[in-house]
Parts: sequence; structure tokens; C-alpha cells
Amino acid sequence: MRIDAEDPLKILIAEDSATDRLILESIVAQAGHVPIGVADGLEAIAAYKMTPPDIVLLDVMMPNMGGIEAAGQIRALNNNDFIPIIFLTSLNDPESLVKCLESGGDDFIPKPYNRVVLQSKIKAFGRMRSMHQTVLAQKEQIEANNLHLIQEQTVAKQVFDKIAHTGCLDRGNIRHYMSPLAVFNGDVLVSEVSPSGNMLVLLGDFTGHGLPAAIGSMPLATTFYGMVRKGFSMSDVLREINQKLHEILPVGFFCCAICVDFNFKESSVKIWNGGLPEAFLYRKSTEDYQLIGSGNLPLGVMPSKNFTGESVTLDLEYGDRLFMWSDGAFEARNKRGEMFGEKRLHQILYQNKDKDTLFDDILRRVQQHIGSGEKDDDISLVEIEMQDLDIKPSYDISSERRKGSLADWSMQFNLPESSLKGFDPLPLLMNVMSEVPGLKQHRTPLYTILAELYANALEHGVLGLSSSLKATSGGFTEFYTEKNERLKSLTEGTVGFTLEHFADDKGGLLKIRVKDSGPGFEFENKTIRPEGDEVRENEDYFGRGFTLMNSLCESLIVHPPGNDIEVAYRWSHDA
Amino acid sequence: MAITIAKNNEGVAIVLDDRFDFGSVGDFRKSYESLESIARRTVAIDFKNTRYIDSSALGMLINAKTYCAKQDAKVKLINTNEQIRKILTISRFEKKFDIS
Repeated sequence: MRIDAEDPLKILIAEDSATDRLILESIVAQAGHVPIGVADGLEAIAAYKMTPPDIVLLDVMMPNMGGIEAAGQIRALNNNDFIPIIFLTSLNDPESLVKCLESGGDDFIPKPYNRVVLQSKIKAFGRMRSMHQTVLAQKEQIEANNLHLIQEQTVAKQVFDKIAHTGCLDRGNIRHYMSPLAVFNGDVLVSEVSPSGNMLVLLGDFTGHGLPAAIGSMPLATTFYGMVRKGFSMSDVLREINQKLHEILPVGFFCCAICVDFNFKESSVKIWNGGLPEAFLYRKSTEDYQLIGSGNLPLGVMPSKNFTGESVTLDLEYGDRLFMWSDGAFEARNKRGEMFGEKRLHQILYQNKDKDTLFDDILRRVQQHIGSGEKDDDISLVEIEMQDLDIKPSYDISSERRKGSLADWSMQFNLPESSLKGFDPLPLLMNVMSEVPGLKQHRTPLYTILAELYANALEHGVLGLSSSLKATSGGFTEFYTEKNERLKSLTEGTVGFTLEHFADDKGGLLKIRVKDSGPGFEFENKTIRPEGDEVRENEDYFGRGFTLMNSLCESLIVHPPGNDIEVAYRWSHDA
Repeated sequence: MAITIAKNNEGVAIVLDDRFDFGSVGDFRKSYESLESIARRTVAIDFKNTRYIDSSALGMLINAKTYCAKQDAKVKLINTNEQIRKILTISRFEKKFDIS
């Protein structure tokens, strides 16, 4: 690349007067450049084709072909490269000079020639040409880089599409539109049928688009498909995705999302909205709309412990339609910079008469609005209709269940006195149970049951404390003080847990049996309060545990001599 | 996390931990006994962080109610999730407390 203007330039000189040509050639050579002298326009074109020069000097008036015509033809020969053409002229009326420049000339030099002026002009145009060449080279470099990037993205997109679109988007009751702003879209749409026949759909809008968005989409899609197929509940799936995104995305990057769980058997839908615009539920029977706004923070913003799985459950009828959209639909601006806005969207929804065309109506209106203007964000629209469907997953449920998830199992867990003193076994056991897909949903009642069984075994069985201590408000605290005292001086005692789980299509049966080293109790005397009985005040402070367990469990058996209690908890995915 | 006390325009709230069970007996009692001038006001017990309770939690709530009644204050339970509410309902707490 020629950057130094002092480098010798090849200069084509077309001048019919031999004397003038000689003068010009000597001025050019004196400045250190290489002159190529020709006598008319035709020769100039031929010489130009043979050895492309850096600068062309053309006399306006020449026999055979004049400078103005030659300039036009030379320009036509070359589109990209910038080769300055300077006219040599004795004419000085403005019209002729304008004509020179319009024919493709860059400048003119009046005759008679001034050596200094000519040399300065050559220097200036040499500099301009070298600048132009730099820009051209950079442009080519950028084009090559861009092509490379697009090729890379195309390959990556093929991988992504395989992951993201292996779901059930092709089912008849879903319609969707996603506009790819870049090869990669900031929006992500995944859907899958759960083992129990529910349809889960997640529409997400990552901050930004292109690569940063695609990076987040990958773990989102794989987590979604993996967990839904294993039968995890919507809130478990969202919690896990939130956790993954929180770990990998940089601060300030997150994913606004809406997730829905369609239950076709019970004709209901569970909706979780985290940061996306209100979803619209069209009710066929009343021809009215219901809005489901965002009640949660977007995915990836908060650490797992602050994640909120607050969802709304709505009963549906056949023909009801749910519309979800990403921010893009509202942010889409027209040429005047106006946003499409929720108002316009609401207007369409209320004006539309044929609900089968609603989806196309909205899409058309948004696209009309944007016109040829720039799209600010990605635009995605999804419609799901509640239909009388009995959908089956397209994958093999039993193999998915076997794939690394806990189904049938049993475990025994014994705590001798050394561990009873300080160790709390409940979190550990809760963690084991949470490994069963779907059982995590039941952790609150399970904890209550487990805590009750353990407290009973430890406090009454091993430590020999009497519940009657708890009969007054003061005694309640005294009871726990006494408990700590006795634990400290404990020399002997065990509590043993036996957990057994049997998975079935709907959920499963969990049996928990807790046996302690104590002498046992006369359980006949324990009144298990029948339903509807009035609460007696003196019972308020104790004795609630058994009633509670009895209500939560399918069965409760006390094995003699009363130090061994077995409960069975039946659970289902839907609950 | 532990049991914390939050004050706002409407009154005072005792915000419970993830687990509200026998391990919380001392802390919970201290938290409501530390409240000052609650006469004719309502003490909210906030379950927004709470996922696990056992039957001693039920006893503690009764104790808190008894204590507050002596101070001429009311107790209400707020932000209980569906499953916690189920457990409270089984124990007929909806008759004793304002639960939301």
C-alpha cells in the first residue's frame, strides 16, 4: 500500500503538442515520478489498459479523441479504484471548466503550465489516492470478516435450532412468529409435552440479541427440555433455568420470560410471567379478554433463594386462546419513531371479529407500523388455543424417567446419640426426596410430616420429654430448654429412618417409617381429633402434630410398642 | 437469614425465615417480646420467605397471639403460600387468625 506521497507515481500524460508533452514529462520526472506520454484520447485509453497509472493528465482539445470523451471512457473502465484525472486546458470560461469536471475529471490546470502548481497538485492527488486505497483495503477486510462471522453464526444456528426446536411447536394448537433480527435472535421459544400430557411453553426475550442472547438460550433450552421430559413442575424448571442464567450471564443481562403450563385433562393453564408484557387470554364464551401481567422478576436476575415462582392458574374452555408476546411487539417503532404500543394492540384485539385471524391481524398491523423502518428489538408472537386434545409426548416416557432421575428407591438412615446431639437430618432427607421429579412440589407438607415424626421420636422417644410440659405458654419455652439440656447429657439412643418410594404414572407413594430407641407410648390414649370437632383451648399447645400428619398422609400406622411410626404419603404431579 | 422485624406505615411485621420450626422457638419469642407500644395495633407475621413449618410453629403462633392479646394487639399471618395455608387450615388456624 502506498502511503508515502513521495513514492514514485505512474503518471499518464495525454497532450497532442509534442513540446508541451515534453515540458510536462520533464516536470513530472523532476518531481521523481514516472511519466507515460501519449498524443491523443485513443492512445490514452490504450495506455491506460496496458499499465494502469496512478494519476491521469488529459489535454481537453486533442485530435482523434478529446480529453472529455477519454475521461468518460477511462472512468467506465474502473469502478472501485480511485484514479484522479486532471484536465490540462487553455480554456478559462466557467462553462468549459464545469464540463471538464462533469465528465469525470477531478481538477484542471490552466495553460501555460506552472511547474510548482502542477507538482503540488500531483502530490495532493497522490495523497488522496493512497487514502482511498487504504479505505478500500479496510473495506475488503471488513467484508471478509463479516462473511466469516456469518458463516460461523450459520453453523452455530444449525446447532441451536436442533436444540431449541426439537419440541412440540408443530402441534396444531400453537401458532408462532419470530423475526430474526440477527442470524441469532434475542427471543427464544421452546415447548414440550410433559410425561403427564401437559404442554409447557416458554417464550423468552434476552437483553440484547446476537451472540450474547444465543449464549443464554442454549442452557435455557437444554434445561427446559431435559426437565419437562422428566416430569419436573413448571416452577422447578423455571427455578433451575433462573439459577443457570444467574450463574452464567454477566450483570445486566437477563431473560424476560413467560412460561405457561397447559393442562388439557383439566382444561386449565398455569401462567408465570417474569418481565414480559401482559399476556392476553381471549375467552370464547364471553368474547372478552383477561390480562396476565408480570408478577416476577426476569430469569437470571436474582439468585436462586430469592426466586419467586408465583404463577396464576386459570380455568379454560375449549376455544379460549392465550396470546403472548415479547417486548419487541410494543417497542417496534415506525419511521416517525413512534412505538407500536400496547394501546394499538389492545385496539386490534377488541376490533377483531374472527378470532381465527387474530394472530395474522396483529402480526400484519405490527409490520405495517414498522414499514421499512429499523426494527429496534426482536418481534415474537405466540398463540396457544385450548382444545380437546389428548396429547402424548413424542419421546419414550419410561426411558426419559430412567435417564438419570430418581423413581423407585428406598433408603435407611440411622442416627446414634453422637449425631442426635447436634445434627439436623431434615435438610439432608429433604434433599434426597427433592431428587424425585415432581416431589419437590410437595416439600412443604413433606417437611411437616418428617419434622413431626423426627420430633416425636427424639423428644418423646429418646429424650423422654412429656408433651404436658407444653401445656402453657411458659412451658412451651421450658420444654425446648429442657430438650437442649437432655440432648447435651444424652449417652444412649438412636433414631432410624426408613424411606421407600414407588413411582407410578401420576406421581408416586412415599413411605416414611421412623423408629426410636425409646420404650414407646400408649397411643390409644392419644385422641386424634375427628373432623369438625371444636378446638379445645388446652389442646392448643400440643397434640397438633398427629392430627396434622393424619390429614396430610394416606395412612398412619403406629407399630407396637409405640416407638415405631409409619406413614404413607401419596402424591401426584398435578397437585 | 434469621427472623427480622420490619416496620412500615401500616405497622410492624415479623419476617420469618425459610424454616419456621422448633429451632426458631427462642428467636421468635424474643422478636415479639421486643416489640414496643403495639397496643391497638396489628402485628403481621410475614411468611414470604417461609417454606417449611412443623407443629411447634403452630404452638409458637398461638403463644404469640396470646402474648399480643395481653398487650391489646392483634396478630395476622401474611404472605403464606398455598401449601403453608393448607397446613394452617388443617389445624383450623383460619378460625384463630387472619390469614392472607
